[in-house]
Amino acid sequence: MNKYEQHEYDVMVVGAGGAGLRAAIEASAHGAKTALVCKSLLGKAHTVMAEGGVAAALASADARDSWQVHFRDTMRGGNFLNQWRMAQLHAQEAPDRVRELQEWGAVFDRTKDGGILQRNFGGHTYPRLAHVGDRTGLEMIRTLQDKGIHQGIDVFMECTIRSLLKDGDRVAGGFGYWRETGRFVLFNAKAVVLATGGIGRCWEISSNSWEYTADGHAMAMWAGADLVDMEFIQFHPTGMVWPPSVRGTLITEGVRGEGGVLKNKDGERFMFRNIPEMFRGDYAETEEEADRWVASVIANERPDARRPPELLKRDVVARAIRREVIAGRGSPHGGVFLDIASKRTPEEIVRKLPGMYHQFKELADVDITKDPMEVGPTCHYMMGGVRVNPETQESTVPGLFAAGEVSGGMHGANRLGGNSLSDLLVFGKRAGEFAAKHAKGMDSFPSINQGEVESFAREALGPFDPAEGENPYTIHEDLRTMMQRRVGIVRSEDDLRFALEELGRLRERAGRVKSGGNIQYNPGWHLALDLWNMIDISEAVTRAALTRTESRGGHTREDFPETDKEWGKRNLVIRKPGDEIIVAEEPLAPMPEDLQALVNKAD
Amino acid sequence: MADEVTLSIHRGTQESGSMVEYKVPRQPGMVILDAVHSVQAMHAPDLACRWNCKAGKCGSCSGEVNGKPRLMCMDRVDKYPAGETITVRPMKTFPIIKDLVTDVSWNYEVNKKIPPFKPKAGTDWKFSQEEANRIQEFRKCIECFLCQDVCHVLRDHSKKEKFGGPRFLVRAASLEMHPIDDDDRLEVVRKELGVGLCNITKCCTEVCPEHIHITDNAIIPLKERVVDRHYDPVLWLWRKVTGKG
Repeated sequence: MNKYEQHEYDVMVVGAGGAGLRAAIEASAHGAKTALVCKSLLGKAHTVMAEGGVAAALASADARDSWQVHFRDTMRGGNFLNQWRMAQLHAQEAPDRVRELQEWGAVFDRTKDGGILQRNFGGHTYPRLAHVGDRTGLEMIRTLQDKGIHQGIDVFMECTIRSLLKDGDRVAGGFGYWRETGRFVLFNAKAVVLATGGIGRCWEISSNSWEYTADGHAMAMWAGADLVDMEFIQFHPTGMVWPPSVRGTLITEGVRGEGGVLKNKDGERFMFRNIPEMFRGDYAETEEEADRWVASVIANERPDARRPPELLKRDVVARAIRREVIAGRGSPHGGVFLDIASKRTPEEIVRKLPGMYHQFKELADVDITKDPMEVGPTCHYMMGGVRVNPETQESTVPGLFAAGEVSGGMHGANRLGGNSLSDLLVFGKRAGEFAAKHAKGMDSFPSINQGEVESFAREALGPFDPAEGENPYTIHEDLRTMMQRRVGIVRSEDDLRFALEELGRLRERAGRVKSGGNIQYNPGWHLALDLWNMIDISEAVTRAALTRTESRGGHTREDFPETDKEWGKRNLVIRKPGDEIIVAEEPLAPMPEDLQALVNKAD
Repeated sequence: MADEVTLSIHRGTQESGSMVEYKVPRQPGMVILDAVHSVQAMHAPDLACRWNCKAGKCGSCSGEVNGKPRLMCMDRVDKYPAGETITVRPMKTFPIIKDLVTDVSWNYEVNKKIPPFKPKAGTDWKFSQEEANRIQEFRKCIECFLCQDVCHVLRDHSKKEKFGGPRFLVRAASLEMHPIDDDDRLEVVRKELGVGLCNITKCCTEVCPEHIHITDNAIIPLKERVVDRHYDPVLWLWRKVTGKG
């Protein structure tokens, strides 16, 4: 009867990284019939690449830690633009979520007395990142995967959701295709959880995989949901810069957490001159003091020195590296040097950072136990995303939830390292729970609008139509180069206006894209469709960046270099009610006094 | 030409496929996956190939390069003699879907047969790094399935019905040797995963990109545990020949 394959589920989760898996496990545990739909094979999502660790105030490595300190660090890290309630729930619930992973079989590195070991990371006052060497994400995704497969969740692998279906104002499911056959598939669902990750494939130098094409951000916006904080993109300070093959590939912040230092070509540790006002007094001011801190960390003792400035938050370090390179003090291939060889023994480096050791040895012919690495900023993480209710993760569209990188608010203007894995767990669980409850509250399935489905189907087959048309890879490459240059780490009004015009031209070109081949497992076709998400979301980023006339966290304006108090009271909200993408300013939710006092402490 | 790389790549499906030659520009530090991506961008947008992390962490881009099982993202082009054509094929042990992509769903079915982690009642969750090390080695597995691809029992004898393969013996070992685990999977290891069919040729260990000692540290200890309950002629012979165990 139906033209397309169709499934009915209480809860459909889109994306099977940490947030999606955790949401599906929770929804299923609440009795919801749950589908987990993912673009790749199970266990290959971006979470697998997370290296450094998961932040949680377990206080197992330093008893002074608490959720209050974690909350304060997160708010300072985000330049106070964070949705405070999300930051609070995150800090309070992360320890339970990490212990729960252990109970499901995760094997974290151990302290001397057999507990969960925690490492230092940028912006975290105490050693807070539970970790497994430099492959924490793999441990997390495998643990969730192995828990999930015994949970009765139906997994749809290599299945891409293209558009959300609506029944009036509320969500009704999703429309997509099987990558293998190219056949269309419909999911009729009472609740949908987006857990699709980020948008990093819009930039040329990126640590992100092919999957990060802004699917969830775009689908939510098209379905009428609000997006928030879209101007804030995290450029991770340490990506590989040489050879070209690995440009942008991530080097864990754990290298600096384990004592690694940043130097320019003159051998100067330039981070000492790059400590922002907000953090003055919190970081070591001499190399001697920084070395003393590293020595105590190695000896597993409580440091009597302040931490090295290399462990400042990511936006600060990324900008400092960029300045060194522009000033002509960079490394031969346009980065700076990251040196762990002079700080730790070869045995320690191989044991604590095995992935980094092999990555450099095999891909860059560098032995990091002997020589420094060349590093530079790489597009890594999207702070902005679907605006959600902080308790339930429900978006402004009823029945549509979002968790993890695709959601916005939790990290404000800049995310601290380690807060992503904990975000996935805390809000993945919440999204799953409340999506299941939402579904339970509905007597019948929302109805599917066949006209809407037909228009999605026609649109999806568009790239096969033209006899003559442009190669999707060329358009994608041009988009990435343009965004890197015009909407990168440092922006200006001229660049952003130019970017908007360029995006208009790219949109026209995308309308004439030709995928070639047939519908079976055809990456050219898949990319041709993804161009639409990427171009629309690139525009959302550009418009938000143009509106915010100040510099804060992951948004730096050359023409407005100062942080402006007034802008600190407002978030930018993005909507696409018709053909135009519009930006609105909205005041931050007022923070209760007790939390405000925590944030103000010692400032 | 020295500034070019010539690849011969499998195109097509299980039923009908052939090797097609492509030339792409050579870049410093280039890996096989880069060359495949260049082919997609320049010559064949519809060339099917799996990949994700491009840093040896996700295990998506497994294939056979000049006949050897490899992660394409970690396999340097300059390792191969300049001017010689490099052949890239999909993994042989699994049915081809298209081009370089194979149907690995069987692996996910095997995984479901292994009973999950079951913690001891009343545990305080304390265990040492030394205890952790033993299973952390197994938990490094990125599920690239190259060990499954190279294993004779699966590759040449197609015994997927009777043998779960090295990957899932490693997974079973990671649970059996967990200091807090309280379950007993030895019957599953013997009957469902068919540990007795492994004839310890160590091919799996050789291809493992994570350098897990699959045979020595996972399979042989499992065989020993099983043999404590049941007789295993291969292990008997192994002990006889090597004097080990």
